[in-house]
Amino acid sequence: MSIMLEPNAEQIKEQKLYAQMGMSDEEFEMVEKILGRLPNYTETGLFSVMWSEHCSYKNSKPVLRKFPTKGPQVLQGPGEGAGIVDIGDGQAVVFKMESHNHPSAIEPYQGAATGVGGIIRDVFSMGARPIALLNSLRFGELKTPRVKYLFEEVVAGIAGYGNCIGIPTVGGEIQFDDCYEGNPLVNAMCVGLINHEDIQKGIAAGEGNTVLYAGAKTGRDGIHGATFASEELTEASEEKRPAVQVGDPFMEKLLLEACLEVVKSDALIGIQDMGAAGLTSSSAEMASKAGHGVEMNLDFIPQRETNMTAYEMMLSESQERMLIVVKKGREEEIVKIFDKYGLDCVAVGVVTNDKMLRLIHNGEVVANVPADALAEDAPVYYKPSSVPAYYTEFQAMENVEPAVSDYKETLLNLLQQPTIASKEWVYDQYDYQVRTSTVVAPGSDAAVVRVRGTNKGLAMTTDCNSRYIYLDPVEGGKIAVAEAARNVVCSGAKPLAITDCLNFGNPENPEIFWQLDQSADGISAACLALDAPVIGGNVSLYNERSGVAVYPTPTIGLVGLVSDLAHVTTQSVKQAGDIMYMIGETKTEFGGSELQKFVEKRIFGKAPSIDLEVEAARQTALLLAITSGLVQSAHDLAEGGFAVALAEKAFGAKGLGVEVTISGSATTALFSESQSRFLVTVKAENAAKFEEILTDAVQIGTVTNTDKIIITTEDGTEWINGSVEEFRSAWKGAIPCLLKSEV
Amino acid sequence: MKFAVIVFPGSNCDLDMYHAIKDELGEEVEYVWHDETDLSKFDAILLPGGFSYGDYLRCGAMANQSNVMSEVVKAAEAGKPVLGICNGFQVLTEAGLLPGALLRNKNLKFMCRTVDLQVVNNETQFTSQYKKDEVIQIPIAHGEGNYYCDEETLASLKANNQIVFTYASENPNGSLEDIAGIVNEKGNVLGMMPHPERASNDIMGGTDGLALFKSIVKQWRETHVNHA
Repeated sequence: MSIMLEPNAEQIKEQKLYAQMGMSDEEFEMVEKILGRLPNYTETGLFSVMWSEHCSYKNSKPVLRKFPTKGPQVLQGPGEGAGIVDIGDGQAVVFKMESHNHPSAIEPYQGAATGVGGIIRDVFSMGARPIALLNSLRFGELKTPRVKYLFEEVVAGIAGYGNCIGIPTVGGEIQFDDCYEGNPLVNAMCVGLINHEDIQKGIAAGEGNTVLYAGAKTGRDGIHGATFASEELTEASEEKRPAVQVGDPFMEKLLLEACLEVVKSDALIGIQDMGAAGLTSSSAEMASKAGHGVEMNLDFIPQRETNMTAYEMMLSESQERMLIVVKKGREEEIVKIFDKYGLDCVAVGVVTNDKMLRLIHNGEVVANVPADALAEDAPVYYKPSSVPAYYTEFQAMENVEPAVSDYKETLLNLLQQPTIASKEWVYDQYDYQVRTSTVVAPGSDAAVVRVRGTNKGLAMTTDCNSRYIYLDPVEGGKIAVAEAARNVVCSGAKPLAITDCLNFGNPENPEIFWQLDQSADGISAACLALDAPVIGGNVSLYNERSGVAVYPTPTIGLVGLVSDLAHVTTQSVKQAGDIMYMIGETKTEFGGSELQKFVEKRIFGKAPSIDLEVEAARQTALLLAITSGLVQSAHDLAEGGFAVALAEKAFGAKGLGVEVTISGSATTALFSESQSRFLVTVKAENAAKFEEILTDAVQIGTVTNTDKIIITTEDGTEWINGSVEEFRSAWKGAIPCLLKSEV
Repeated sequence: MKFAVIVFPGSNCDLDMYHAIKDELGEEVEYVWHDETDLSKFDAILLPGGFSYGDYLRCGAMANQSNVMSEVVKAAEAGKPVLGICNGFQVLTEAGLLPGALLRNKNLKFMCRTVDLQVVNNETQFTSQYKKDEVIQIPIAHGEGNYYCDEETLASLKANNQIVFTYASENPNGSLEDIAGIVNEKGNVLGMMPHPERASNDIMGGTDGLALFKSIVKQWRETHVNHA
């Protein structure tokens, strides 16, 4: 749109044009009051995008305040590009997870790719070297061509970006449920390393200092992406394909290397990436955080297209761009660094002391608004909350066992459920080894990446069982954090902190808001119990397609510290003769379980219960046993319960099998999803010492060299007996088979 | 012995190559930016994996236009060992230092896994520390590693014993005759898709790649002593 065709301030108000930008009547009135006049078209755009849920968290702020965010290990909590946690020796780990759901629903390759690109920028804009990527994905069942297309293209997009930029994709999780069919979830997490002295902030401080624009040129892509992300998806969403950005990982690789050189310069004042809401959010937030203003001349913005308006430039979400503030007079030093990489780096403005974001274009002031009003003063809504009828109904139900007749057949079936099945088809496409630091590759409980130059490592995982959270958001929220921590502990690491990605439906619906609010309570309780504070994250609401909301999915990304790489432990059994231990009690808990979904074709009832005190004590004891060198392999029991976990322990080892004896009702013993349980193998000579630490561990059998999985009862009844290969091939072949099968 | 790791914009295994030489091999190594015009102080040239110039054109085509490439050609002509891994192999074929081309994998997808490689020729300066026909485990990570050449070239590769590594148990990418790595006629330029630098430390799960770098050093030390 040429500037001549832009509606004037009166037209915007009279024709309610702000509504098309996602702004309510009340919000428009607030803007009018803040400015003391009507906003022009560009200014209306600035407010609408900064006050979108995606940028302002206006609907989720009251919920986010519940999270524990402090701890002696936390160097930077929520509010900057990414959170930072101390790992000793003057080093720290920087990490964050972010969603790119709506773009991926419309344009899966680019949506996923730019999700990865965005989270990497968040990490290196803190001054950190990105060392690993993870993701958490949700799709509908792999039955329709559309879902298969979304799945294949999202994976390809993640691979395309991460492989090219040279950051290993080391872990993740994927679940499949009908509720995600029209609205897949694509959450990407990046982990970086930093020396304490290099930590940067996104601030525009010091009057007279220079604002530099670096990286890719600004085009018309992604305009209003943040607003688009704050609405429900509908059939008409396809028309918003232009709101999806296009990624250029090569450009980002150059930008990354240049920025990591720049952060070593003492000329640098502040740096922030242009993510959602692009130039608007970076300039307004940097000014607001520093208590200053910024004046930019848009004529100097490197542009990819001709005749771009101020509105278009400010709202573009073109990728691979950074906003940098440097000391006045030292611009050349910084420009030179970008020049080495063939990147644009130009002065576009100055830091002022009037706390205004002022934009000049073609010699005229085209916007002049308080930076704080954009960045900080978005309205905060306390949404009404109501208990859904389904919850009351489910809570009144008794825990019952789904009907199972053939246990071996059931195990084979469960292993082929795509949520449980091997994800090798996926991670084979990710370069998980580049940077030659991957100690534990995808396929075990958590990935482990070494900290080069030290004997330490970082264990990392993403987790969220949204079925439990749908059934019971408080218990489910606790379980999401506990399970992520279990994965990290099983790998030999102490949990440090979490990042979360809160993927929910439309918060205007009181029942959806109730899910959000309640799950935050659960997450907070588990964070406190397990000493893993929230150091950052992201909220993605309006995950609905044609009125159907996704299951509440607050994905947890957790990073733990391996204090000595000798402690690194994987889930696979290691040698014949080792003793198999079961830790934890098994109850009849099938609400939201894989078995319930498989047998009943729906989920209902109570989610599994969790006692956080027991969980914390058990994790501490297991970690002590691991770090004492007593544990050969460790694996937590999750989807599919005991039988699936036992089979998974056998899959990674060549020529080994497992033979165990258990008791109780078969269906419960084999497939219940009771929490806080582990399967651990220990060398016979270490059994006594191990049992001293884990007093509630029970010997159930041994690792054999028979290549068989045998589960019997105490009276000798055989529940399951089959070759490891038979189970493994079912598990390995399931996803490739589903992708190839005709509809 | 002094190694150069050439860094093109978009190279991303430069760090891995650098540390394999420095930490695992204990030799001298320096990064060399793509616009350098003098490689005379180096004894061996390494072209790392990655996505030079994003591989937006044909893989390696843009990198071949860099200033440093005429120096790489000079070093090769002078008989210095030149090793191109993954994207480095693609660059060497673009530069004409090695015959053939790398096409997209037969399944059209990027693949990252550890594969069995057979050392077909252990009489090169890159493989003397392996046994003939030894099977080693080395990771691959590429989208375009499907080696192809015409029949005439293939015949001459075979006649001159230029095929150094082949995929042993499975051919992951559709390469002609399971070819994973080849040398030039003179035997001082090796291109291979698998990543020996990723198999140079137990922490990564294997050390089968280390013998390749050790072979280079051994050859250099022997000639260096002879000439001294």
